[in-house]
Amino acid sequence: LKLWNLLIIGAGPAGLRAAIAAAEEGLEVKIIDEFSKVGGRLLGQLHQEPSGKWWNGIEEANTLHQKAINLGVAIECGTSVHDLESSYLRWKVYTSKGVEEAENLLLATGATEVPLPMPGWTLPGVMSIGAAQVMGNVHRVKPGNSCVIIGANVLSIAIANELRLCGIEVKEIIIPLANISSKDDGNPEKVMESLMRLTHLAPSSFLRQAGKLAKLVNPSIAAKFYPKNGIKIDNIPIKIKTAAAEIIGDQKVTGVKTVQVKPNGEIIPNTEKVTEVDFVCIAGGLAPLPELAALSGCSFKYVHELGGHVPVHSERMDTNVPNLFVAGNITGVESAKVAMAQGKVAGLVIASAVKGSSETINAAIKKAVNEVRKVREEALIQFQPNIVDARKLIYRQFEQDKVEDRVVSIS
Amino acid sequence: MTMRVDNHPVLGKQGNHKQVTIYFNGEPHEAFEGDTIASALMAKGIYSLRHHEVSGNERGIYCNIGHCFECRVKLEGRKVVRACLTPVDDGMEIYSLSSFGERND
Repeated sequence: LKLWNLLIIGAGPAGLRAAIAAAEEGLEVKIIDEFSKVGGRLLGQLHQEPSGKWWNGIEEANTLHQKAINLGVAIECGTSVHDLESSYLRWKVYTSKGVEEAENLLLATGATEVPLPMPGWTLPGVMSIGAAQVMGNVHRVKPGNSCVIIGANVLSIAIANELRLCGIEVKEIIIPLANISSKDDGNPEKVMESLMRLTHLAPSSFLRQAGKLAKLVNPSIAAKFYPKNGIKIDNIPIKIKTAAAEIIGDQKVTGVKTVQVKPNGEIIPNTEKVTEVDFVCIAGGLAPLPELAALSGCSFKYVHELGGHVPVHSERMDTNVPNLFVAGNITGVESAKVAMAQGKVAGLVIASAVKGSSETINAAIKKAVNEVRKVREEALIQFQPNIVDARKLIYRQFEQDKVEDRVVSIS
Repeated sequence: MTMRVDNHPVLGKQGNHKQVTIYFNGEPHEAFEGDTIASALMAKGIYSLRHHEVSGNERGIYCNIGHCFECRVKLEGRKVVRACLTPVDDGMEIYSLSSFGERND
C-alpha cells in the first residue's frame, strides 16, 4: 500500500489548491472526492462580478484540475470516505473502494446546506437550492420550468439568477414561516438586516442598493416599508413579507401555499394564496461539513458567523490533532476564493512539515496567510458580518487548547 | 419536451454526448454519458425515485450532491446507491426502493 505524503478529502477549491501547493514542493499527493466530477461547489457557481466579468466556476475548476494533473497529483472521484484513524503517525482512511494511508491528512469537505423542514417538503420536486443549481449548471438539466425559492439570502438571490439563465421562471423568492428550525430566516426584519449588511461588493444590483440603503435607515423601518409585492431583481420578485405555509401536491409538487406576514414574522390572517410551480427550492444557507473531523477526535467550537461547529484550527490550518489539517468551508462558510487561499496555506505548511522548514518556505507561508486575509477583505460574497473577529476567536481557542495540553502533560 | 439546457447564455452550447439507454423499473429511457441517474431521470420529468420505508410516500432528490441520501435507488444485484452521485452506464437497470409493507424479498 502506497504511503502518501498528503491525502486530501474533497476536490473543491480548497482541496485542489492545497494539492497544487504541496505537489509544487515535491510532495506525493492524492485527492479523494465522492462526486463524479472535480471542483466541488465551484462547479455550480456562475455570477457576474462588479467589473462585469463572469465568475465561471466550471472554468475555475478545470484550471485547478489541469494544474493538479500536470503536477502528478492522483485524483480519485466517485469514492466516499466513511472512517479514519491515526496510529504511529500514519493516517488510515477507509473509503468505499478500500483503504488509503498517508502521513498527513487534509479535510477539505466543504459545507452542506441547512434544511428548512416545513409541511410538504418531502414531496418529489422539493429540493435544496444547491441541488437545482447543480442540476442546471453542471448536469444541464432543468428541474422544471417554474419554481418558488423559499429563503431570501445572498446565496438564494445569486442562484435565482443562475436558474433564470437556464431558462427557468423563478416566480418569487419568499421566506419560510417563522418557527423553531427557520429561526431568523422567517423574520422579515432579520432578513432585511442580513440583506442590508451586504456591502457594495455584493453580486447583484439589488444587494448593492440594499447595502447603500443600510447607511440611511435601520432594518426594521426598511422591513416595515418593504413593498408587499416585493422588489424585483433580474425580473424576480423578492418578497420578504410573504412566507411559505405549506408545499402542496399529490405525489409531486404542484405549488406553494403562502401567507402574508408582519415585519416580525407574525401571520396576517386571510392572506392565503397558492403559487403554482413545477418545483420548489429551499434555501436555508450553508453550514460546515465536519463529520470526518469529529472522527479524528479534534476539538470543535460553535461559531455562528462561521455557519456552525468548526474544527478548532490555527491560521496555518493545522488542528490540535497531529498531522491533521483543514481548509475551505469546513473551517467556516466563506467564498471559493477564500477557500483556495486557505488551501494554499495548508499545502505549504504540510510541505514544510514533510520536507523540513526553510527560510524560503516560511516566507511563502507568511505570504499565503496574508493573502487569505486580503482575499477575505475583498470577498464578493460575504455570507456573514464579523467573519474576521469570528476567525480570531477560533485561532485564540487553538492557542488556548495548546497551552492546556501542555499543562495536562506536565501534571 | 426536453428539460435539457442545450444552449446557455453564459456557459455556451452543451457538447455532443454519447447516448445510452438506462432502465428505470423496467422502462427504457435514453440518457447521456456523464449524466447521473438523478439527472438522467429528471431530464425525462421523473421526480419520484423511491417510496418511503414506513409511509410509502414518494421521494425524490433533495440535495443532489450526496449529503442527504434521499435519492437512494437499487441497482441490479441489490446494490443500493445514491442516484445523484452515480453515473449512468449503457444498459443500467435501476429500481425504486419500496415501502417495508410492499417488500417481499
